[in-house]
Amino acid sequence: MEVTSDKFRAAAARSLADTQLQRALARIPERFVAARARAAAEFGEFEQLRAAGAAIRERALARLDVLLERFEAEAVCRGASVHWAVDAAEANRIVLDIARGHGVRRIVKSKSMVTEECALNDALEAAGLAVLETDLGEYILQLARERPSHIIAPVIHKNREEVTELFSARHRRPRSTDIAALCQEAREILRPQFFAADMGISGANFLVAETGSVALFTNEGNGRLVTTLPRVHVAIAGIEKVVETLGELAALARLLPRSATGQAISNYFTLLTGVRGATESDGPEAFHIVLLDNGRSRLLGSELRPILRCIRCGACLNHCPVYQTVGGHAYGWVYPGPMGAVWTPALVGLERARELPEAATFCGQCQVACPVMIPLPDLLRRLRTRTTAEHLRPARERLALNLWGYAARHPRLYALLAAFAARVLYRLGRRRGWVRWLPLAAGWTATRDFPAGEGRTAREVLRRERGG
Amino acid sequence: MSMREAILTRVRAATAGKQVPPAPEVIPRAAGTLTEDPLVRFRRLAEMSGSTLDEAASPATAPGRVAAYLKDAGLTCAAVVWPALAALPWTAAGIAAEARAPQTTDAIGITGAFCGIAETGTLLLLSGGDSPGATSLVPETHIALLPRERIMRDLEAAFARVRAEHGSLPRALAFISGPSRTADIEQTIVIGAHGPKRVHIILVG
Ligand code: SF4
Repeated sequence: MEVTSDKFRAAAARSLADTQLQRALARIPERFVAARARAAAEFGEFEQLRAAGAAIRERALARLDVLLERFEAEAVCRGASVHWAVDAAEANRIVLDIARGHGVRRIVKSKSMVTEECALNDALEAAGLAVLETDLGEYILQLARERPSHIIAPVIHKNREEVTELFSARHRRPRSTDIAALCQEAREILRPQFFAADMGISGANFLVAETGSVALFTNEGNGRLVTTLPRVHVAIAGIEKVVETLGELAALARLLPRSATGQAISNYFTLLTGVRGATESDGPEAFHIVLLDNGRSRLLGSELRPILRCIRCGACLNHCPVYQTVGGHAYGWVYPGPMGAVWTPALVGLERARELPEAATFCGQCQVACPVMIPLPDLLRRLRTRTTAEHLRPARERLALNLWGYAARHPRLYALLAAFAARVLYRLGRRRGWVRWLPLAAGWTATRDFPAGEGRTAREVLRRERGG
Repeated sequence: MSMREAILTRVRAATAGKQVPPAPEVIPRAAGTLTEDPLVRFRRLAEMSGSTLDEAASPATAPGRVAAYLKDAGLTCAAVVWPALAALPWTAAGIAAEARAPQTTDAIGITGAFCGIAETGTLLLLSGGDSPGATSLVPETHIALLPRERIMRDLEAAFARVRAEHGSLPRALAFISGPSRTADIEQTIVIGAHGPKRVHIILVG
């Protein structure tokens, strides 16, 4: 999939001017932030649960090799096949080979971000296979030929009128803008497809090492249909998704839905182990699990390692003032928001996503909401440091930072310059309290407002207060 | 080197010598899970998740309660049932029950349940030859007969019971909490996405 994360600023500016998008994003505080807060309060010891979740994920990462091998052995023992893919291209090739090996022509998919990461649909379609997304949001995006803008609410950027347009163009049925009617229409259109498909593709919320199982959390029921009706099931999972025990899975099952949607549990939590038994009338005859590395093993030994704890709940997106303002597409790849600002440079390279770690206010809300306590602001700060160290910043920005560095090492000069700057800021922002344009930093203020100063530096204020 | 070895070698290099942090001492449960009466909690939370509840004194009287529900709701009396439940007196209760895997045209699916989970008001169904997963998934209405004594406090207890009774895990464990739903369009919740639109639980015994 094309990466446009180096154009964040321009894309963010377009998002700000998009009134439809702004209306859609305005739903986030109530539907996600407040819902999560209520669920956490109702749970009670939610902070202890987060600490347990973080410990469980850290433990898994510390023994990732052991757990992956155990997972593989248990899964194979139950009749599943386990495949290892170093990168997205390999994962796609493996899935294509599986499809060909089983004589597959029609594929139904349930929502999976890791297949977005691989651009799997493009690869399968290029090989002549029919691939149908069945999650309502993903289905809408497939019709619109767009990518998700949120990892759990993929069409958050669209309104019902747009869905009506898409459906009436494709389904040739009476138009409706009623949301329930649109959902029913999709149900009726997609239902026969589940029965007609030869292969179902899903992601995996977790892998359980001690049982060789794949765990899925879904609400619509399409995840169950995709993994129950077709004769072949392929589950694709990043190698970091493994946990050791069912007990650990139980803890994460309490964290994920509450953090994602504010539900105490998803409608469907399914644990899939092995293939259809001799007496069973449903379930796949062949179960293939693709373990995808795609840069994750490199991250494991790096300073960004904590991001591998991520359980893809979306809470950091929902709690991020930047995401709430610009939406997901501006981030330019698969993963948006604070987690995306770490995952994207980590997986596609910092040089292709240099602007993302800059898209943070360091308010820290993401870290407070993260169910596995990932220090997202710290990881973003590290990426910024690397941007500077690897000379990825534009010359102008480097010059400014060098000048600041020089001044900072010379206290008298610094005080003098700061006092001057404080007065300039005061004059610039006198009328509105916000500065919309800063001399020497027009690039920064083109997409941001700067709070106007009070005309004095902190040092001056302190000195006066101390009577100095 | 195979891809498997390439990946595992890198993972091993990154984890070598790393200290494994201790397992969490306690995994908290949702408030009330360990103190509230499991049956009371199960009922309350199952209703909150959109299921409806009823009771039957014994398995033999369950078909009568099913028939009463279908009549009240104005639904058809033709149903697919789990082969495991084929022996119950369906015909006597006025239900045309067929013990087979469901087709897309079947409106009512009747299943048993391995257990209920009080913490979240959840049903656990296990796949098997006489308990197909599709019966709780394909029809618009799912009716589950849950033995009253099989209500567990939490997920951990449910997993323990599965292992105690089955040894290894059955192919599919389906934890079901109410009818299917979606909030994809404008974050507005609609009940009845791809799975059932109604989940009706009959506590038996
Ligand atoms: S970083 Fe944390 S909050 Fe963000 S998606 Fe991952 S687990 Fe959720």
